[in-house]
Amino acid sequence: MAHEHHHDHDPHAPVNEAHGMRPDSVLLERALRELLIEKNVFTASEIQRQIELTESRNPELGARVVARAWVDPRYKARLLEDAKAAIESLLGIDLNLTPDLIVVENTPQLHHVICCTLCSCYPRAVLGIPPAWYKSPEYRSRLVIEPRAVLAEFGTALADDVEVRVVDSTADTRYMVLPRRPRHTERMSEAELVALVTRDSMIGVTLVPEPQP
Amino acid sequence: MPRGVHDLGGLPAGPVDLSEHDRTFFDQRVDAMMRLLTHPQNGHYTVDAMRRAIESLPRDDYFGLGYYERWVRAIRQLALEKGLISEDELERKLAAIQPSEPNK
Repeated sequence: MAHEHHHDHDPHAPVNEAHGMRPDSVLLERALRELLIEKNVFTASEIQRQIELTESRNPELGARVVARAWVDPRYKARLLEDAKAAIESLLGIDLNLTPDLIVVENTPQLHHVICCTLCSCYPRAVLGIPPAWYKSPEYRSRLVIEPRAVLAEFGTALADDVEVRVVDSTADTRYMVLPRRPRHTERMSEAELVALVTRDSMIGVTLVPEPQP
Repeated sequence: MPRGVHDLGGLPAGPVDLSEHDRTFFDQRVDAMMRLLTHPQNGHYTVDAMRRAIESLPRDDYFGLGYYERWVRAIRQLALEKGLISEDELERKLAAIQPSEPNK
């Protein structure tokens, strides 16, 4: 196993140690993994392949979906109608085993932001692993009662006349936000737009930043 | 009906800690095990069973443990419930890999 990877400069590479983890958690993980491999419940290589599959899912996939929806109104209509089919056809990935996925569109009058009050449900197929704060008790507790205060902590201020709609995910249905296309992007290519779209804008806690001149 | 330990929506809480956490190899392996166990083709258990196991953790564990530390305990509970492993086997395995010095 490639434990030396954490010496790479890639800031997204996994690290060996987590602060504050209980030693018995480490032992339990190893014991369960070894036993379940011995019992042929799964193999070591299946674990490795699963890790690689999970790592291959990241917010760039969502960003490609968003950029296409911005440049192609017919694609956007399909995406809002049947997100899984539209995403599968664009990205060539299989979403057969993932829970239902709904894309909600932000407009000048309506701003969506997603959460999972009960656990950590997240559109992993297109955004990857959720950030730690998405799973935190604070975000899960407060977003549904004081969304504007939570958005302000992310530096996001919306005009008073914008309706804020909080979407609570479930184990069976996940949501992704189609953020608004920022100003001054009319002449950008689709690839440039992809690079502009942030993970947090597809969660709805921020807006897509306008391009730097 | 009392509110479950996981049912946090609407409760008062402090500011959101926006720092990004590194994924660990531990996180990756626990995540992968859970996904393999809940994969419909394997049919060992469902995501709903996994959630039930996490949501029935004692309150101190639910809030005191890291995210994947909760998951690994849920995997233990379900692996025992489903008979994938036995208590004895787990005890023996834990004893075999236990570090000889308690604090390393």
